[in-house]
Amino acid sequence: MKRFASRLLAGAAVGAFIAPAAMAQELNIFWAEWDPANYLQELVNDYEAETGVIVNVETTPWSDFQTKAFTEFNARGSAYDLIVGDSQWLGAASEGGHYVDLTDFFVEHDLGNIMAPATVKYYAEYPGNSGKFWAVPAEGDAVGWSYRKDWFEDPAEMEAFKAKYGYDLAPPETWAQLLDIAEFFHRPDEDRYGVAIYTDNSYDAMVMGVENAIFSYGGDLGDYETYEVEGILNSPQNVKALEDYKRLYSYTPPGWSKTFFVENNQAITEGLAAMSMNYFAFFPALLNPATNPHAENTGFFPNPAGPDGDQHAALGGQGISIVSYSENIDEAYRFLEWFIQPEVQKRWAELGGYTAHAATLESEEFRNATPYNEAFYQTMFRVKDFWAVPEFAELLTSANQRLYPYVVGGEGTAEEALDALAADWVETFKKYGRTE
Amino acid sequence: MADVMTRLEPDTRAVARGLSDMTIRNLFIIPTIAFLIIFNVFPLLYSLWQSFTDFRASTTAPANWIGLANYRDLLGDEFIWRNFTITAKYVLISVSGQVVVGFGLAMLLNRAIPMKGLITTLLLLPMMLSMAVVGLFWKLLYDPSFGIINYFLGLGKFEWLADPQVALFAVAIVDIWMWSPFVMLLSLAGLSAVPKHLYEAAEIDRASSLYTFFRITLPLVAPILMIAIIFRTMEAFKTFDHAYILSSQPTTELIAIRLYKMAFLEWQTGMSSAFAYIVLIMVVAITNIYVKYLNRAKAR
Repeated sequence: MKRFASRLLAGAAVGAFIAPAAMAQELNIFWAEWDPANYLQELVNDYEAETGVIVNVETTPWSDFQTKAFTEFNARGSAYDLIVGDSQWLGAASEGGHYVDLTDFFVEHDLGNIMAPATVKYYAEYPGNSGKFWAVPAEGDAVGWSYRKDWFEDPAEMEAFKAKYGYDLAPPETWAQLLDIAEFFHRPDEDRYGVAIYTDNSYDAMVMGVENAIFSYGGDLGDYETYEVEGILNSPQNVKALEDYKRLYSYTPPGWSKTFFVENNQAITEGLAAMSMNYFAFFPALLNPATNPHAENTGFFPNPAGPDGDQHAALGGQGISIVSYSENIDEAYRFLEWFIQPEVQKRWAELGGYTAHAATLESEEFRNATPYNEAFYQTMFRVKDFWAVPEFAELLTSANQRLYPYVVGGEGTAEEALDALAADWVETFKKYGRTE
Repeated sequence: MADVMTRLEPDTRAVARGLSDMTIRNLFIIPTIAFLIIFNVFPLLYSLWQSFTDFRASTTAPANWIGLANYRDLLGDEFIWRNFTITAKYVLISVSGQVVVGFGLAMLLNRAIPMKGLITTLLLLPMMLSMAVVGLFWKLLYDPSFGIINYFLGLGKFEWLADPQVALFAVAIVDIWMWSPFVMLLSLAGLSAVPKHLYEAAEIDRASSLYTFFRITLPLVAPILMIAIIFRTMEAFKTFDHAYILSSQPTTELIAIRLYKMAFLEWQTGMSSAFAYIVLIMVVAITNIYVKYLNRAKAR
């Protein structure tokens, strides 16, 4: 019995020495629960085959993603080695010390030139133009539009549209055309509606929807370097953009007051709307006949241009960062080195991930791979994003409080809403000492 | 304390090991007290301290003492007052609805009706469901295009959740549907405890049913009904799940939703602690008023 006990103790001691080495053979990546996370799991299986290191992609629903990630950060937890985090988190996660500074890695691998410029600017760098990088662009994404090709190509509809508006019915190239087409197809008596847009104000959905109008109308949310807001956020072009977003809301299906990506895809799959705003990452489901009975008749177009020809879209997508509290930081670096290789990025795109790798994005193969890749490619060079400061969530709350009552509730005017929001943001920046 | 303590028999093993009554009492009580201190008292006091700081859990920056600034900012914030007003309206609509429906159902079930047990069980089902699930399926029931509510009420495409003026009522209706059975259950217990001879005496005196209700039934059930109201008011103040799922209208942003956003989306930890204390004080104050009435009703 004594001999057995001593052997057991010896075994436990050996196990204790081996355990850390064995743990380094496993990496945990945290992301939101959606299709690209499944594609990433497929991709990292190749890494395991090559290196023997097991990589798990752990997910949580979008609604819980930010809360769960920051709860883990705040606890200085080492549950996750890497995180595919939202672009807005860069400020909070870098200033909070939660992300490893990847500037040297970025420079060493020339990622500033290898990745699409907008993805470097918005997914990786913080503060803006500082030359400090905290993430490797992983999943590029932006807002695009899907539409019902069969409705657009119906000869009777085309004739009626031309008679009413004086030009051919086709995917809109401008916001003015978008509004005309939405109005044209809005027929509540026939259970057919003009358009589906984002209206959920729980987090960033509605604000991103409004951004699509603001950016294409030539406006901005403020000066991201000086934190100046007054006169920029409430500029005349932003007022017009917000008015037109509200007009679009009047052409949405009934009850369209808390909608995000799920509902906007449903607008197409259930044959409710002629056009629907959504992130490109959610478009694969629209091409699948199992999930979309109208898959054959679904087309795609990029966010249209504004009155002066500006054409931008709200940025989605995420960069992948190393968590400071990881016990496997060296292995995490090795994983990133593997991930940025051109052939891995190509495979990532083949699996359905939206690569930010410029050469892969520009290749004919990628652009012709799906009906929406060309629109995605065009959009990724024209994206703009929300503030990435640590207090971004407070800015979002103010935006939701000011914009939603106007857009959905019909309270006040666009000018009043934006003036009030500008005043709120000025106060917030003052509170955090960014402006005097 | 000495009365409730059981003295050990001299030949028990504890006595044989030399454990005194006091030691045994401490062995039972100290872990519970330690648990309460670690998980209840300490967080309560720690969050109270945080409410006077600018602490943000999302950063590594130290917490700075800012005195009453958080409380001052919160009480001067127009949106916070709007949240309080919305919550007060919601509590009033929801709790009064639950009392009317719940007590009404209890009155009906207090009679001799066939399959009373089965009906009571079926009526209790809503409160056994998850609030998140309830929120999700009521969202479908309210849908203007295919929702069954508009179909049965012949309301066409009436927008229950998209109309800012109606959304709060829609959320309160869900709460009434879910929690009226709770009020019904307590009321039923109260009603069945009313002595039958009082009704018989009233009948002999030819008292009207209205008179019997207001002079016999209600006064005798009032204490237990008041307990139901206290519980439901406290719960209604904390409503989050189904309100969050059903609507994003600013007119349905209850204090629990605003508190959640402040604490876990904006990570304003100090400010949200202060907010939680304001809510706590309000709930305690309102509960105290109810308890006062409860004691008065009992004394009668």
